[in-house]
Amino acid sequence: MVAPEQEPAAAAPVLIAARGLTKRFGDLVAVAGIDFEVRRGEAFGFLGPNGAGKSSTMRMIGCVAPATSGELRILGLDPQRYGPRIRARLGVVPQQDTLDLELTVRENLYIYGRYFGLPREGLRAKVDELLRFAQLSDRANAKVEPLSGGMKRRLTIARSLVNDPEILLLDEPTTGLDPQARHVLWDRLYRLKQSGVTLVLTTHYMDEAEQLCDRLVVMDGGRIVAEGAPAALIAEHSTREVAELRFEPGGSAGAVERLAGVLSGAGERVEVLPDRVLLYVEDGEGAVVSALDAGLRPLSTLVRRSTLEDVFLRLTGRSLVD
Amino acid sequence: MSVDVAAGGLLRVVPSAVYAGRSRVLVERATHAYRHTWLALVSGFFEPLFYLVALGAGLRGLVGTVTGPGGTPLSYPAFLAPALLASSAMNGAVFDSTVNVFFRLKYNKLYEAILATSLGPLDVALGEITWALLRGGLYSAGFLVVMAGLGLTASPWAVAILPAALVIALGFAAVGMAVTTFVRGFQDLDIVQFALLPMFLFSGSFYGLDVYPRWLQFVVECLPLQHGIALLRALNVGAISPGLLGHLAYFAVMAVGGLALTTVRLERLLLR
Ligand SMILES: Nc1ncnc2c1ncn2[C@@H]1O[C@H](COP(=O)(O)OP(=O)(O)OP(=O)(O)O)[C@@H](O)[C@H]1O
Ligand SMILES: [Mg+2]
Repeated sequence: MVAPEQEPAAAAPVLIAARGLTKRFGDLVAVAGIDFEVRRGEAFGFLGPNGAGKSSTMRMIGCVAPATSGELRILGLDPQRYGPRIRARLGVVPQQDTLDLELTVRENLYIYGRYFGLPREGLRAKVDELLRFAQLSDRANAKVEPLSGGMKRRLTIARSLVNDPEILLLDEPTTGLDPQARHVLWDRLYRLKQSGVTLVLTTHYMDEAEQLCDRLVVMDGGRIVAEGAPAALIAEHSTREVAELRFEPGGSAGAVERLAGVLSGAGERVEVLPDRVLLYVEDGEGAVVSALDAGLRPLSTLVRRSTLEDVFLRLTGRSLVD
Repeated sequence: MSVDVAAGGLLRVVPSAVYAGRSRVLVERATHAYRHTWLALVSGFFEPLFYLVALGAGLRGLVGTVTGPGGTPLSYPAFLAPALLASSAMNGAVFDSTVNVFFRLKYNKLYEAILATSLGPLDVALGEITWALLRGGLYSAGFLVVMAGLGLTASPWAVAILPAALVIALGFAAVGMAVTTFVRGFQDLDIVQFALLPMFLFSGSFYGLDVYPRWLQFVVECLPLQHGIALLRALNVGAISPGLLGHLAYFAVMAVGGLALTTVRLERLLLR
């Protein structure tokens, strides 16, 4: 089950290195001394519930927020001293869009490229290419304000690519996108990764993390609570299968006592949510039969493989969709 | 463009984290943004002209000849025109650097987006101020041409009014932008506008300061607009004296102080 870390990634140079990285806002500790390394060509993910410190970490990597303490090196440079030089080689998709409302869609891409000092000539062709990438060619001369949320998001993502970044920082890139646009973006990100771009992203979607990330960390309360490849995290923190028993809202009360005899193997456990009971077991079908034998009457049952969602639930005590 | 000429020199003294030496891209951005709102650009040109025509024509018959700087006798419109130019340089610069900058800072998130690129806060401050100057400079030049056409320029020194107006605008734009970084909402901006009007009325736009009691003269002499008006009025009649350097120094202090404070404040607001 444990996927070995990819050979080339392990050998590649470290592009981002953090040690004891800390961010405080007054008394509030947003990031509480975390260590991590990202290597060239990797796709690295930050997972965690709201307020875990993901965006604060991303902003420090993006050199737009100084670390309170700890050490951070990006592309071998100290962000405190070489902020602009590092930022010239980064692409940033912030959690909140920062599109220029006074400009058109096309101008947003063009002027953003000019901020990086890109020469006018090459930029025009680049902008056309990015408009196609964002599927916004037909809206090129429209103002940004009336675009839909998903269109704005796509424009922000296209904008982050204008300077051909070596590292792409994506803070919840697909929030607000429809499923089709999400899959298109995953495909584009995958191709960027193939072409050697290093991806650092945060997400609340476990399928996204499993699809895109070679390695990820789970953050909670400003700390890293787990780290590894998706498959390795699942193997380490969850069981092979999950049996889901669905109840009417509130109908799961009292299930734990009845299920005491169902669990057998090491690491097997029960998670009770208001409308669901999750049985983490090696043999899902068997567990369902045992649960019915124990007198439980769920509305429906489902046996599936463990996902990152289960790891997340286990580690943070919270489900992703609150 | 005077600001960009200084770019090379500045690069050597200011840390690269603050300044990339590419503030002119903000001017490029502004030329794109204002293509969509060109009416706002044009209106700034006509405002001082309306004042000149209305007040100049209206009061000319009533006032007759007045005594300008250095004892030069002047028609009332010729006395009034440089003061209107100074105030319009002030108003244009302050409007650009407060209302417009505030919108870009708080609502458009423009500077947040820019500081995620390879530009720094000093690029932002310099670029926005340069734009305010270019815009103000165009208005001033237009107004000066009208002045000359109406025979209101009183000496060859009047051509120096244009660069002097830019210096005035620079001082006000830099301080205006610094003030804006402290502004919490549009109500605060009303206070700024509220402070400008009495300054316009009391700074000797319409008559010499000698009509005031001594203490009020002293207060008004501390106000920046009064220095601008005195400077342009003296240039118009060619009353050149070392005292003019004092006026220029006043605006130089405003410019440098405002720029430095803006840079520090943008950094504190956005890079945290
Ligand atoms: N500029 C700021 N000033 C004060 N507190 C802040 C600031 N930015 C973040 N915080 C606080 O830091 C903590 C971590 O916030 P952060 O935005 O990093 O979380 P997150 O993991 O990105 O959450 P989400 O999933 O909701 O985006 C939160 O408690 C937040 O309130
Ligand atoms: Mg966040």
